[in-house]
Parts: sequence; structure tokens; C-alpha cells
Amino acid sequence: MSLASLKRQGRELGTLGGLLALGLLLTALTPHFLTVSNLLNVMEQTSINAVIAVGMTFVILSGGIDLSVGSLVALSGVVMASALHAGAPIPVALLAGLLTGAFCGLVNGSLVTLGRLPPFIATLGMMSVARGAALLFTDGRPVSGFDASFRSLATGRVLLVPVPVLITLAVYAVAHLVLTRTRFGRYVYAIGGNEEASRLSGVPVRFHKTMVYALSGLVSGLAAAVLTARLNSAQPIAGMMYELDAIAATVIGGTSLLGGQGRVSGTLIGALIMGVLRNGLNLLGISSFLQQVVIGLVIVGAVLFDSLLKTGERR
Amino acid sequence: MRGIRKSFPGVVALDGVSLEVRAGEVHVLLGENGAGKSTLMKILSGALAKDDGEILLGGEPVSIPGPREAHERGIRIIYQELNLVPHLSVAENIALGREPGRLGWVDRRAQDHEARQRLGRLGVEIDPRAPVGELGVARQQMVEVAKALEGEPRIIVMDEPTSALTTTEIHELFATIERLTARGVAVVYISHRMEEVTRIGHRVTVLRDGRHVTTRAISEVTVAELVKLMAGREVTEHFPRRRTPPGEEVLRAEGLSRAGVLHDVSFTLRRGEVLGVAGLMGAGRTELARVLAGADRPDAGRVLVQGRPLAARGPKDAIERGLALLPEDRKTQGLVLGLSVRANVALPSLPRLAKLGVVDEAGESELAQRQTDDLRIRTTGLAQLVGQLSGGNQQKVVLGKWLAADVDVLLMDEPTRGIDVAAKVEIYELMNRLTAQGKAILMISSELPEVLGMSDRILVLARGRVAAELQARGATQEQVLAAALGQAS
Repeated sequence: MSLASLKRQGRELGTLGGLLALGLLLTALTPHFLTVSNLLNVMEQTSINAVIAVGMTFVILSGGIDLSVGSLVALSGVVMASALHAGAPIPVALLAGLLTGAFCGLVNGSLVTLGRLPPFIATLGMMSVARGAALLFTDGRPVSGFDASFRSLATGRVLLVPVPVLITLAVYAVAHLVLTRTRFGRYVYAIGGNEEASRLSGVPVRFHKTMVYALSGLVSGLAAAVLTARLNSAQPIAGMMYELDAIAATVIGGTSLLGGQGRVSGTLIGALIMGVLRNGLNLLGISSFLQQVVIGLVIVGAVLFDSLLKTGERR
Repeated sequence: MRGIRKSFPGVVALDGVSLEVRAGEVHVLLGENGAGKSTLMKILSGALAKDDGEILLGGEPVSIPGPREAHERGIRIIYQELNLVPHLSVAENIALGREPGRLGWVDRRAQDHEARQRLGRLGVEIDPRAPVGELGVARQQMVEVAKALEGEPRIIVMDEPTSALTTTEIHELFATIERLTARGVAVVYISHRMEEVTRIGHRVTVLRDGRHVTTRAISEVTVAELVKLMAGREVTEHFPRRRTPPGEEVLRAEGLSRAGVLHDVSFTLRRGEVLGVAGLMGAGRTELARVLAGADRPDAGRVLVQGRPLAARGPKDAIERGLALLPEDRKTQGLVLGLSVRANVALPSLPRLAKLGVVDEAGESELAQRQTDDLRIRTTGLAQLVGQLSGGNQQKVVLGKWLAADVDVLLMDEPTRGIDVAAKVEIYELMNRLTAQGKAILMISSELPEVLGMSDRILVLARGRVAAELQARGATQEQVLAAALGQAS
């Protein structure tokens, strides 16, 4: 095994160690943490951020950023909900929601590749446009009340495991395979690592970059489905700040904001750290104001740790 | 290629250039920086679109809209700035853009096998799984060549392939080139090193200011003629060092050490002197310059400037004490490419130019104008972005920014790398002028003739230690090389 891959593993083990240490600490502090129902609850609550963070990881690996995911969750959710209310069968409504997310992502990607906009700007615009569209579409009101069969997307269990957790695991398994085994995954790393070299090697850079944003939109649509089913309501103001949670999970998981380096397994751990932290702070009865402070410190701390490791290498 | 035309905003890069390359030959492309060689090759490889003209391959007119199409037609290019993805493995880089496998899946075993085979054909042993970023420049170059061997290459363009290689590695590369041409591959070879050009080339085409000057058989022309054709004027390829009697001591290093790269390095440098630093790649030359410039900290030892120790907490301290680094990689370390010539030249002088934090723009322009005039930097104006200048002019901007800041000691790391002959001589002349003004120069160079020709004294490093200190007058290339190889005489 080469030195660098050892270091990479080390980074990931470090994150995993952080998650376990956090778990041990909470187990010691409160009897309510280490119970099957609480752990499943944490995973269920984490699932939405985790699913969005997969798309974010792809985008960041390719050297970009996607600020629109939270708004896309809202827009996809209200489209899906309205379709259900209009009497569309569940698969059709789901598809409508997913395609809404993917289409907006495609627009993001095209703005970045064809329009040569910085990803920050393109997706910032989409963040506002999609949010506004969701509000216009619903006249600012939530769309609520669905069949039990749709709600089972969030409330259902298979052998005790909540469906959202299964969805999350499936998404991560597929994402991991795509990144490590397929050409598409390889190109995501290559473009993020050295875009010009990729272009000169004949990699269809524009196409793959566009697809990465479409993917991010698609998984936002999927997260919207779970969220809508869980709340039994689609809100045009849903998903506020979700983009920041997804970026935080990705970064805590060790993906470089410069692109080209990182893995989805790290992102999953990153999302779990955030979920466990929120859950634990709630169990401990710590105010939500202080929670924000703690979570901010964890994000900065994780990346600081990373950068200290790197400077250590260089010296 | 026939009648190729290309212009960029403000510049005509190529003005109807034609180039004819035959199968199995090494065709050398010569020209000063900015003559249009790179632009021409980028058009051939589909990285740039041409404005006018046509490209014929095997007599057939072809269109090359992008890198993929160029690749399909057997055109490969190895750029001077290596184009590899540092975090990907050797095998992944070699396969990039044409991964083996089906339905989007990558067959990693086939990919490793292919990489090993191609590297074997080049006679180099590199672990296909190692991340490319961990390899040295020479090995990275070999990875680039292996990448170019994909499929049936008909034309391989090499842009300054030897600028980072040692003599042995150059031999290896030349052997590889001969194997390629024997198989009927045409090699277009861009280089500024005349001795290489005459050794490996069959025919040569000279470009000047975006125009085709001549195409001749190498055996029919002399180096002096070629240089004249490139420059459009008479240039002596000699080293015009005018030695001045050295003055007082200005810089002294005592026992500098840094784990793994420098061991107990001591030397002195006096005003008006050029101290050449020679050594093989990895001998610690660049590391020495970085420690002196305050970019890295030594683990032991100290630096004295004019007798007083330098508290090097960072480059700022070194600059204040009159030490300036002209880094080897000027594009990433010496210049801000997206800023204007004026802003780059004024950068280290801003504390002097600013009053209460507001930059005195008139003063800034005057300062920059003085340096551009003085150094004869060719620009469209002070507002031109440095990224648009040729290599030689960029180097002059780096020099100008330090001269404007009025430093005493210039640490020049490979000051003439990638610069054409005429611009080199200009840099040498500037070095003469500076030493005559009492400045001291520490010059790191991989080119032995340059070290011997331009230095007063020569410090030879080997594996981080001082292997020898020689007077340049009377020293021979063999002496320096023997010391660099660790065979102290």
C-alpha cells in the first residue's frame, strides 16, 4: 500500500474514530443514547442530509459547489405533492419530483459548463429561482395529507429498519461503486484534480460536469420524497440551509473543497457525526442556540485537523 | 499544416504558418518565446481552434475540433507543463480518457496490466498504483510518454521534454524517441537546448513572430545560423560574464540543515559576485534557496545578512533584509498571472508606495514603467496581464519586481529555464549590470555551461551537502559533475 493511500485511510479512520468517540461519550452521559430505537431514530433523521450530501460530494469532488440543493428539495417536494393531490399514481408523482430536481440540476450544470459561470453563482441563482418557484407554485401554502402507502416511504420498516435508512444505504452503495469502479466516477476525480489535463486527455469534461449537477438535483428530489412522506406535507419553505448541512457533512468526511480528493464513505460518516451530535445535544437538553455553536466548532475543527495533518507532512 | 492563422485579443499569434512533418522523422520546431510554436502545436492537437488554414494528414484534409478527435487520428502531445491528475494513480493517468472496460465500468486489472506493459516498453519501472503526485518530475514525464503510446500514434509532439530531466534521463528519453521513429512515428520536438536539437533532430523548422522562417535538414545548418534565424539578428550564444572584483560580504550561511534535504551547508556571498549552485535533481539546491528566502525554516544553522543574523520567520523578513527569491516555477510562485504587469512589479514595494493603506497609483506606474523600460520587457502596456506575456518577459517581470524593491541579494532558481537563447543572453547581461552595481547573485542552474560561464565561484551540492566549492575560472564540467555525483576529487 502506498504512503498516500495509507494517509487517506488514516484520515477516514480518524473521522470514524471521531464518530465512535462521540458515541461513547454520549453513552456515558445519558442512558437514552445507546438504545436501538434511538440509534435508528438518529439514522432516520440523518438520512435526508446524507442523501443530499452524496450529490454534494460528487459536485465538490469535481471541483464545484451546489448551493441550490435546499431549494430543490422544496420545489421537488411541492411538485410531487401536487401531483399526488391531482390524483397521479405514486410512481408517477415520485418520478415528477425526481425529474424536477434532475432538470434544475441539469440547468445548473449547463450554466457552469456552457455558460462558463462559476458554480457558486450559477447555483446561488438557482437557489433563489427554485425557492421562488416553489412559493409561486403553491401560493406560499403547504400541500398536505397523503395516503398511508406514500407515507410508508418514511414510516415503513423492513425488519425493524426504517425505509429512509435503507434508501440511504442503497444510495451510498451505488455512489461508492460509481466513484470507484466506473468511468464516470473516474472522470469526476480527474476533472476535480486537473480539469485541463482531463480535457487534453479527451475526457468529455463538460458532459460529465453537467451530469454531476444533474445527479445532485436528482438526489435532492429523492430527499424531498422522504421528507414529504415523513412530514405528511410538502412545504415551499422546506430545506432551508440544507445545502450548508450537506457541505458540512462532505467536508467533515474529508473531501477537499478544491476537488479531486475524497470518498462517499467519509461523507456518510460526516453526516452521521452531525446527526449524532444533534441527537445527543437534544438528549442532554442543551439549547438549540448552543447546539449551533457546537456544530460550527465541529465543522471548523474537523477541517483544521485536516489542514494541520497536511502542514505536518510538508514541514 | 498549411497557412495556419490564429489571433488572440491584441496579438496575431500565427500568421499563415505552414509545417510539413514526415513519418519516422524527428522534426525540431525552433523559435523564441512567443514565436508561436506552442500555439501551432495546440491547434494540431485540438486544444485550440484555428482561425484559418488547413491540416492535412497523410495528404487528406482533416478537421480537428477537439483533443478527442486529434487522439483518434493518432496525434499525441506531451506538454511542457505536465498534464497529469496528481491524486490519481499512474495506471489511472495512463488510461485517462480511454479506460478499458464495458458499459462504463472500469476494468482495473486490464488497466494496471496495460500500464505496466507500456512502461516496460519504455524501459522504466514505476508502480502503476502509485499516485502520480508522489513521483518526481522525471518519472511523471515517463508516465506522460507512456500515456501517449496509446493505440497507434502517428505524430507525437514533445514540448521541451528535457527541461526537468538529468543527463541519464535525457539519454533514456532519446533512446525512446529513436524506438518510436524506427516504427514510423513522427516526432515534433520543441526545445531551446541547441545541443539536443542537433543530436536528435533530422529536420528543423524555425518560426519567428508567428511566421514560418525556414525548414532545413539539421545537417545543413550550424547552431549559430539557427540562433540567428530565430532571433532575426546576430546573437552570440556565449556567456558574456564580466567579472567585477567582489566587495564586502553580504550573505553568509552557517551550518544550515533541514531534515532530509540539507545537511550542514555553509558558504559566503560577497557584493558583485555570482555564486553558482550546481548539483543533480534532488541535491537540495531549490531547498537551499527556499531556506535563504525565508520560505522554509532550517532545523539548524543560521543565515547572516551583512553580518547580522536573519530572523527568518517568513519571506517578509528576508525581503526586508534585502533577499529576494526568483523561483524555479515562476508561473505559480513568482507571479500573479491574473494581475497586470504594473501590479506584479509593484507588489513587494507596496508598503513603500502606499500612504495610509492607499496605493499611490502614479508612483506605482512610474516604478513599473522604469523597470519595463530598463529591462526591455515587451508588453502592450503596463495594464497587460502577466499571464499573456512570453516566458522570457515573465522572467523579466519577476526580476523587475525585486529590482524595484531594491534588494541586495537575488536568489535565482533556474533563471533561464524555458527561455529562448536571445532572452537568455539578455538575462545574463542584466546579471552583469546588477553585479556591477554591487548586488550579489546566487544562481541555481542545471545547465553546466551556464554555471561555469556565469559564476565567479561554484558551490556543488550532493545529497544535501556541500560536495565542493570551486573557482569558476579554470573549473571544468567534468570536475563539477564528478562532485555532484559525490565522487569528490
